[in-house]
Amino acid sequence: MSSRSAGQEPAPVRALLIAIALAYVAAVLLLPLVLVFTEAFRKGWENYLLAFTEPNSLAAIRLTLLVTVIAVPLNAAFGILAAWAVTKYEFRGKALLVTLIDLPFSISPVVSGMVWVLLFGANSALGPWLRANNIEIVFAVPGIVLATIFVTFPFVARELIPLMQNQGTTDEEAALSLGASGWQTFWRVTLPNIKWGLLYGVLLSTARAMGEFGAVSVVSGHIRGKTTTMPLDIEILYNDYNFTAAFAMASLLAMLALVTLLIKTVLELRFADELAGTRRH
Amino acid sequence: MEIRVDNVAKAFERFPALHDVSLNIASGELVALLGPSGSGKTTLLRVMAGLETPDTGRVFFGDVDASGLSVQERHVGFVFQSYALFRNMRVVDNVAFGLRVRPRATRPTKAEIRRRALELLDLVQLSGLDKRYPQQLSGGQRQRVALARALAIEPRVLLLDEPFGALDARVRKELRKWLREIHDRTGHTTVFVTHDQEEALELADRLVVMNKGRIEQIGTPDDVYDHPNSAFVYGFIGESSTVPAERKGGELFVAGRATGLRDDGPDGPAELYFRPHHVEFVIGETGLSGPIVSQRRVGGVRRLELAIDGTDRKVEIDLTSDQPLTPGTKLGFRPGRWRAY
Repeated sequence: MSSRSAGQEPAPVRALLIAIALAYVAAVLLLPLVLVFTEAFRKGWENYLLAFTEPNSLAAIRLTLLVTVIAVPLNAAFGILAAWAVTKYEFRGKALLVTLIDLPFSISPVVSGMVWVLLFGANSALGPWLRANNIEIVFAVPGIVLATIFVTFPFVARELIPLMQNQGTTDEEAALSLGASGWQTFWRVTLPNIKWGLLYGVLLSTARAMGEFGAVSVVSGHIRGKTTTMPLDIEILYNDYNFTAAFAMASLLAMLALVTLLIKTVLELRFADELAGTRRH
Repeated sequence: MEIRVDNVAKAFERFPALHDVSLNIASGELVALLGPSGSGKTTLLRVMAGLETPDTGRVFFGDVDASGLSVQERHVGFVFQSYALFRNMRVVDNVAFGLRVRPRATRPTKAEIRRRALELLDLVQLSGLDKRYPQQLSGGQRQRVALARALAIEPRVLLLDEPFGALDARVRKELRKWLREIHDRTGHTTVFVTHDQEEALELADRLVVMNKGRIEQIGTPDDVYDHPNSAFVYGFIGESSTVPAERKGGELFVAGRATGLRDDGPDGPAELYFRPHHVEFVIGETGLSGPIVSQRRVGGVRRLELAIDGTDRKVEIDLTSDQPLTPGTKLGFRPGRWRAY
């Protein structure tokens, strides 16, 4: 009797399939990543570091961080709120809410930017009033923040809804029956139960917030040093044939993404344990 | 603390879970809500706790109308079927939770909270496991932590939802005895939900038998077992056999044959209920009769299955005999205790 199970292919076929998968990943994912770093370091360390002393690039890094720091906590809070509402209450329009949460995933980023231009741009209904009151939204930092919030909205909510559905409401009911207020229940029972999922969602939205190009590009004024985030700055540098600086910035962005990925992987290992612990009931 | 439920009705999305239920529970009583799944027993328990809001009706704790009170204000100890222990907290912190969340004015000191939590763990025989996490405990141990946690808030009443539902048979039996002891020692008014009649009969002072959102019968275990007031209760509690019968002139007839059973009900078709061990064997023209279809040993007795003559019904009766009987042998018998509905 052969020990291999019914679903398993013969060894050569298996090896071939694995080889194809690995080669594909190497060609499509790994190679570009390596190229980003080799291109960034082509003219040596000094030139690489020089790219980050340039005031406009520093401003882009600062703006990216600022946008991330505003968008991610907001979406974390609203994500928790939405997941709470969807999983703990029954109400009309729940299915619609769940669908709407997914909207930014399915919509083109360009459209995600356009909506803000339509809403707050010079030709919009609000435009004249905003101009009269000297409020700049579109083609300024607030617009970039709004566009980023829009595209990163689903991550936390999407992560938490299935988790909280799985956990049900009995832990909360137990806390309430023991005399805890709603607020105490949230901080002492709900939040510890969802912390890993929450962190995971926050990481995903952080990665996306830092890297978003399309939506931000539409609402940014493309003014270097003022309204360009890192991805936009990279494009400008690249179009100016300033390859070393462009790739240096790109490598920094890639590094941020890699760190996020690393933390995510670590969390996944940790998170898997937590979930197993939950299911052991 | 006595509990009074007055005309409570509750529907979920137009599916009725409770129809006009009223119930009085005396202070210090241990009461079982017993019924099949979907009978509304858990809903009734959750209404008492304030975890569900009834559509109509009221709940009183003593003389206080608790209907308008929130779960927190009702001050009930609720033990959930799945235990609902807080996974991120150690056993001792689970038990201490209800004391720690109290407002500063009524909260005991840290040392006092710890002392009381450990004392309760001692009461539920879990001393030494205080530093464990819930995941590191067995099902029976978790159940006891859940009970200690509910007792920590010094509840007015103790409500348990299928407290032994998820445990294996041996642990169940142990915990049952142990819960009775705890109840007798602490004297809390206790209500528990179960679908297990054996559990209810053994543990409770009184049973509340529920079916389809209504209370079928309330009484002591003996009352309910010996004098079931409806066909449902007869069939649900204990073992029973049924035979279709005809009531005519104050006597029951089965397939046209007189049974010798006197019944005052109105003439017409009826269903005859009896228990397998409440039968006497008769020879002659009256009574029920039929050939043996199968037989098996149940403990000290031999349980026979008879195909009743003139019907398509098979019934079970007990016979104290060490000798197996020849299959097909015709037996005549008459129920000693019975009811016709």
